[in-house]
Amino acid sequence: MTNAERLKIPPVAMPEQEPAERIHNVREVPLGFTPEMARTEAQRCLHCANQPCVEGCPVGVRIPEFIRAVEAGDEASGIAIIKETNLLPAICGRVCPQEEQCQENCTVGKSHKDIGQAVQIGKLERFLADWEREHHAAVVPRLPPATEKRVAVIGSGPAGLTVAGDLAKLGYIVTVFEALHKPGGVLAYGIPEFRLPKEIVDAEVANLTRLGVNFQYNTVIGKSLTIDEVRHTYDAVFVGSGAGLPNFLHIPGENLLGVYSANEYLTRANLMHAYDEDSDTPILRGRSVAVLGGGNVAMDSARTALRLGAHRVMVIYRRSEQEMPARKEEYHHATQEGVEFHFLENPLEILGGTDGWVTGLTVQKMQLGEPDASGRRRPLPIAGQTSNVPADVVVVAIGNNPNPLIPAALPGLQVNQHGGIVTNEDTMETSVPGVFAGGDIVLGAATVILAMGQGRKAARAIHAYLSSRSAVSG
Amino acid sequence: MNTIRTKEQLGPNVTRYVVDAPLVAAHRRPGQFVIIRVSDRGERIPLTIADADPEMGTITLIVQAVGKTTRQMAMLNPGDSLHDVVGPLGKPTRIQRYGTVLCVGGGIGTAPLYPIARGMREARNRIITVLGARTRELLILEDEMRSVSDELFITTDDGSRGTKGVVTDAVRTLVQSGHRIDQAVVIGPPLMMKFTSMLTKELGIPTMASLNPIMVDGTGMCGCCRVVVGGDVKFACIDGPEFDAHQVDWDTLIRRLGTYRTAEQAAAERFDHVCRIGLDGGTSA
Ligand SMILES: Cc1cc2nc3c(=O)[nH]c(=O)nc-3n(C[C@H](O)[C@H](O)[C@H](O)COP(=O)(O)OP(=O)(O)OC[C@H]3O[C@@H](n4cnc5c(N)ncnc54)[C@H](O)[C@@H]3O)c2cc1C
Ligand SMILES: Cc1cc2nc3c(=O)[nH]c(=O)nc-3n(C[C@H](O)[C@H](O)[C@H](O)COP(=O)(O)OP(=O)(O)OC[C@H]3O[C@@H](n4cnc5c(N)ncnc54)[C@H](O)[C@@H]3O)c2cc1C
Ligand code: SF4
Ligand code: SF4
Ligand code: FES
Repeated sequence: MTNAERLKIPPVAMPEQEPAERIHNVREVPLGFTPEMARTEAQRCLHCANQPCVEGCPVGVRIPEFIRAVEAGDEASGIAIIKETNLLPAICGRVCPQEEQCQENCTVGKSHKDIGQAVQIGKLERFLADWEREHHAAVVPRLPPATEKRVAVIGSGPAGLTVAGDLAKLGYIVTVFEALHKPGGVLAYGIPEFRLPKEIVDAEVANLTRLGVNFQYNTVIGKSLTIDEVRHTYDAVFVGSGAGLPNFLHIPGENLLGVYSANEYLTRANLMHAYDEDSDTPILRGRSVAVLGGGNVAMDSARTALRLGAHRVMVIYRRSEQEMPARKEEYHHATQEGVEFHFLENPLEILGGTDGWVTGLTVQKMQLGEPDASGRRRPLPIAGQTSNVPADVVVVAIGNNPNPLIPAALPGLQVNQHGGIVTNEDTMETSVPGVFAGGDIVLGAATVILAMGQGRKAARAIHAYLSSRSAVSG
Repeated sequence: MNTIRTKEQLGPNVTRYVVDAPLVAAHRRPGQFVIIRVSDRGERIPLTIADADPEMGTITLIVQAVGKTTRQMAMLNPGDSLHDVVGPLGKPTRIQRYGTVLCVGGGIGTAPLYPIARGMREARNRIITVLGARTRELLILEDEMRSVSDELFITTDDGSRGTKGVVTDAVRTLVQSGHRIDQAVVIGPPLMMKFTSMLTKELGIPTMASLNPIMVDGTGMCGCCRVVVGGDVKFACIDGPEFDAHQVDWDTLIRRLGTYRTAEQAAAERFDHVCRIGLDGGTSA
């Protein structure tokens, strides 16, 4: 096939549940490619010599090579290529912000002058990963002889899972400690089922268990075990404790009944299954829900509110559509489902009745000024323009900070002004010898693939560190 | 496995359990709590660690059956297990030598108060205890509290035991009769804590209170447990659960505890209904 022919193939639309139907269930929205669809989409790739897509992927997945395997109908080779660099493709294929990463620089999108026309790399990645899971084709790698050395991983989010997998494959004895009763970190408690079915997270964890990784749930390091105890029984420690500390706006009314942090709202819905009427964990099913923020967390909260039966869901964001950090796909899906977007509105106050329940909020109309430190245009209030929005549930989704539990429990651990652990950029080693860290606890709230990338780096460095030392006794 | 070793009824609806939880037993200090789930679909609920035996690897929980989860727990027997137990969570009580410590416990609040009183006593404080309840059957841990107290007073709303009245009456009488108090600890229903702390503020007695907001994760991740202390928002699960009682915004705490009242009532009714059907059908033990 010539490049001209390839360029003529339009992007293959992945079938999806219809909006009117899907807002009444929590099942996944995009349904996946058939092998034929995947092959057609794969034919759109030009196999560029300079591989700009690979450059855009934080872990450098060998994209054109796996796409060639899809085109050839050789799924097994395709997934093997991806897994060399990305341990969790079923997850990344679904949740990576591809339009800012691999797909941003795709030559096909560029030649159409439309990023929406780029090769759908994430969807192809998902196709291969789903193929592998559905065909039970996951290859359990032959493990090298076990070393005597033990590694403790704190937190079972994407960073911790990556470290655990990489080190288990090198023959280390790995224990993952998780504070919650389930593995996955944000993948389990934050990202909703309709975007990332929990069955996929469970399957990845089952693969790690098969590699010999031991998971210890309900164990808060720093509380159930001190970090010193962990350091005495393990030869190295990886901290992947995430950015689980919700920010609030610190405006009046934030403690009214019916005001949630997005973490609480999503945790009740996902981890605790509150969307299910049978669950013991309650959640307020508002009729009119206001979500404050403009990132993925806000989109997830808004779409969850619809599925909990809200009649009206508003996303209130203080900048404009262009600055909104949410993935394009989430924004698009939310719009299709009927979420209202209120751009350039800044919440000033949450309003409540005499009974203490929230009734709405007052917002300030904004306009965009000069770019600020983040490079985005700074929103400025327009004097005199405020209005009231009615709501019976308000979800504050303005981001998270690094979880303070580990830094508080390990004096001597260097942290930055946001509470993130300071690490050596190449090795992810912290200021405490033998303790490594990665993911959101280092980056602040970032992305799944960046957390995995740091996990991979840390695993390599832990291997190097331990190769030159003898095992702790005990 | 968090197997229940022993179970003992302390009063109507109040049960003491000794449960296997070796890591918690080895690390807990007075003032800390655990979060448990009874079943796989269960809610996560916080419970204070009333006592622990690190050698046996067990902790003691004292639970008042008030809603679905605590009633479900009341149906468990020795040999059964809790699905999950995580902890110890929260900051331990600041135990030091204050001089004379006044311990005020209301209802089930006496359960978390006991390990603190004992710790304060071990730190060579003089302990004056005031326990309050609506009626005599609802008084718990009287003997245990007596064993760690230099003086102990009891009030009941109906006068069925001790002095008729509420704990604040007893505290006021104590101070008026010349007792010097250096520090107070108050644990009980939020309204009782509110009024007690208003009184100790008036009397100039520094006071700590253990707050019981609704929680989910207990690790600072969700913000459900937020309380207002001294005008700042704090997360009770990681910054508390104990705070300077004089700084606490009690009305916000009390209001927020009512967030799920309708849902909780419905869940409890459904649960009771299922239990009754079970009994009628003769399938339940
Ligand atoms: C609602 C939401 C939606 C998101 N959507 C996307 C998206 O679409 N795409 C994307 O790329 N990124 C998304 N992100 C961001 C992404 O999920 C995170 O960047 C990523 O999960 C970080 O991984 P991590 O391994 O560092 O930590 P986490 O996933 O946060 O996991 C940390 C784990 O450590 C545990 N832990 C913490 N302290 C302790 C302790 N002391 N002892 C034991 N365990 C502990 C926690 O319980 C948790 O399970 C989203 C985030 C949220 C909240
Ligand atoms: C740090 C902490 C320590 C605690 N220690 C103990 C303890 O040692 N023993 C004990 O019996 N209880 C304790 N509690 C309270 C206990 O967690 C609640 O009683 C329990 O969550 C109720 O669950 P449920 O499903 O049975 O009832 P629900 O159906 O959730 O509630 C039933 C009734 O209890 C009220 N309620 C709900 N949550 C709380 C709460 N957190 N505090 C007070 N009332 C509440 C509701 O308003 C409702 O009226 C503690 C709470 C906290 C935060
Ligand atoms: S891991 Fe993410 S960024 Fe990399 S190729 Fe896959 S979808 Fe793209
Ligand atoms: S940039 Fe696009 S077309 Fe080029 S190799 Fe990558 S995916 Fe294929
Ligand atoms: S219970 Fe979730 S932050 Fe305290």
